[in-house]
Amino acid sequence: MVQIKPILEIENLNASINDIKILNNLNLKIYPGEIHAIMGRNGSGKSTFSKIVAGHPAYNVVDGDIRFKGKSILNLEPEERSHLGIFLAFQYPIEIPGVSNEDFLRLAYNSKMKSQNKPELDPIEFLGYISKKLEIVQMDPVFLTRNVNEGFSGGEKKRNEILQFALLDSDLAILDETDSGLDIDALKIISSGINKLMNENKSIILITHYQRLLDYIKPDYIHVMQKGEIIKTGTSELAKELEIKGYEWLKKKKVN
Amino acid sequence: MTEKSNKVLDNNLTKLVNQPYKYGFSTNIEKDRIEKGLNEDIVRLISKKKNEPAFMLNFRLKAFKQWKKLQAPTWAQLKIPKINFQDVTYYSAPKFKKKLNSLDEVDPELLETFEKLGISLTEQKRLTNVAVDAVFDSVSIGTTFRKELAEYGVIFCSISEALQEYPELLEKYLGTVVPIGDNYFTALNSAVFTDGSFCFIPKNVRCPLDLSTYFRINDQQAGQFERTLIVAEENSYVSYLEGCTAPQYDDNQLHAAVVELIALKNAEIKYSTVQNWYAGNEEGKGGIYNFVTKRGLCSGKNSKISWTQVETGSSITWKYPSCILVGDNSKGEFYSVALTNNYQQADTGSKMNHIGKNTKSRIVSKGISAGNSKNSYRGLVNINQKATGSRNYSQCDSLLIGNSSNANTFPFISVQNSTTKVEHEASTSKIGEEQIFYFLQRGISIEKAVELIISGFCKDVFTELPLEFAAEADRLLSLKLEGSVG
Repeated sequence: MVQIKPILEIENLNASINDIKILNNLNLKIYPGEIHAIMGRNGSGKSTFSKIVAGHPAYNVVDGDIRFKGKSILNLEPEERSHLGIFLAFQYPIEIPGVSNEDFLRLAYNSKMKSQNKPELDPIEFLGYISKKLEIVQMDPVFLTRNVNEGFSGGEKKRNEILQFALLDSDLAILDETDSGLDIDALKIISSGINKLMNENKSIILITHYQRLLDYIKPDYIHVMQKGEIIKTGTSELAKELEIKGYEWLKKKKVN
Repeated sequence: MTEKSNKVLDNNLTKLVNQPYKYGFSTNIEKDRIEKGLNEDIVRLISKKKNEPAFMLNFRLKAFKQWKKLQAPTWAQLKIPKINFQDVTYYSAPKFKKKLNSLDEVDPELLETFEKLGISLTEQKRLTNVAVDAVFDSVSIGTTFRKELAEYGVIFCSISEALQEYPELLEKYLGTVVPIGDNYFTALNSAVFTDGSFCFIPKNVRCPLDLSTYFRINDQQAGQFERTLIVAEENSYVSYLEGCTAPQYDDNQLHAAVVELIALKNAEIKYSTVQNWYAGNEEGKGGIYNFVTKRGLCSGKNSKISWTQVETGSSITWKYPSCILVGDNSKGEFYSVALTNNYQQADTGSKMNHIGKNTKSRIVSKGISAGNSKNSYRGLVNINQKATGSRNYSQCDSLLIGNSSNANTFPFISVQNSTTKVEHEASTSKIGEEQIFYFLQRGISIEKAVELIISGFCKDVFTELPLEFAAEADRLLSLKLEGSVG
């Protein structure tokens, strides 16, 4: 039997920002084909965790390791991590005035192609390629000509993030509160887009506050994060329990 | 943002902006150079060397007299070291062994210099859609397509040649837009200018080629004082481009130019500049002091003058291309990108003087400051009592890179009638960590990220440049900022 290797392994990860500890002995293993949800209160370290995996320079990894496809990525630059297949959909996608979405997307795609010594696409070829991806999130092509995220509504920004996931075809996608600020129709469209992109070789980490998203995207595991560590792991049942009971009971349990 | 990541970002951006200057080489050539210093005899000597008509000598002497009485302006947001005007050479020209009949006979060394700068002058290799006047230190070494342009009645030659061949035109127009004593530097220029370009577009002619002058300062001790005069007669059109570079020396060279544009009824002049004089090194040593007065007169009804500038070089820039809108319905435009890095200082902007009825002006200024540089926009919009129904729109955006650079905006607006509409918009932004991280997360390198942000920031101005120039400007900023490109 072939042993399946985890796509992401986090081992005793301790991290800080400005000497303030924000992740405590965090452990997590994710295998290809799995969807994990991370839930927890505001400020529990969920977004921080996603940025640390993506290599944000503001954070210091003090101890522990992050391995992606078996290799430590701690010494890799954010763009190298991206080329390897790590994608982060931001909670608040930033606006980039003056830069057209199309140029931005093409550059992102071609940077990845270049890193793999594959041929890059010229603008016309790219337009053909991206058009198909637009359908996944039901996005109007007019968004290609607009500046990156500039003047986009909350929902449009989130769609644009998932479009980029589709474009880069990353093996691991961390979706940071992709459901926040979406109305129910947009939530359905985006969830269905994410489900279409998912396959047995990919993994997804969903960071969310709400059970609502998990009605559309079924996670294999749910982790509850508190003060920079995972205090409980369970199946989708856990999310329903959290929806009813909140996080308080978990905290008490920990003390006992 | 944390201190650590701030530092990382700062270092990365600083590395990017500190690319070596590509045009820093110098040409070793035999020179005809006069002794240093400035006095009446020197002014007479320059005029004599150029075999000028009497009116020109008088013009120079009058200017010199005024200059002695004037003081250098101090209102700009610039720290200007004391300039010793007696320590400058006012005339330095490559020695020609014989009279040249065609550009192909120019010293190969000189042709090679321009070749290296990307400007081919010889018959075989020259650009086919642009006529070029190449100015090396104090003199023009040749102008392409002169004959071809002459068939349309267009005059395009060096100002020295124009003084010989068309003295009546020069006497009529020179100094009419920028008076001799307009300011300290115009007086200096009027006394000692050595060369530059003259363009004359006759009535009802749309100039078939873009006209262009390339200025090169080579001599370490020489100043460059050029003079450009463009006259567009009724219903004519011309697009003119100007480029500048200089070798990398440890001491500073002085550059004080005057440009005058005159647009008659229904005429349009489009004037574009890519200025890339040597900017000094990382510690601010060396570089060109660039004091320039550029002014256009829309004298006729419905005339239009449009200035576009991309300023990336010079240790000090003091420059305010302006329009005097006299003709009714005339239009003035100013589009500018000014990039400063290290210890560069730029105080630049525009003046729009509305005199005629229903005159319109538009100012779009983009300042980018990196390193320890200072970048100021200074503008004056003046709408006269009689300029009823006039409009102005100004937009001044600043982009900061790193934590030690400085951006200022000094807009002055004076409106003397109530039927006028004036709008002013300004913004300041910084290339931030989260913006860069967004690019990096998508696999885009920091170099490409900055390139894209900058060219996006400058887009409104670049679209105003003639096509090849736009590519050139984009490339120039890339070279200055992004490094890995090109």
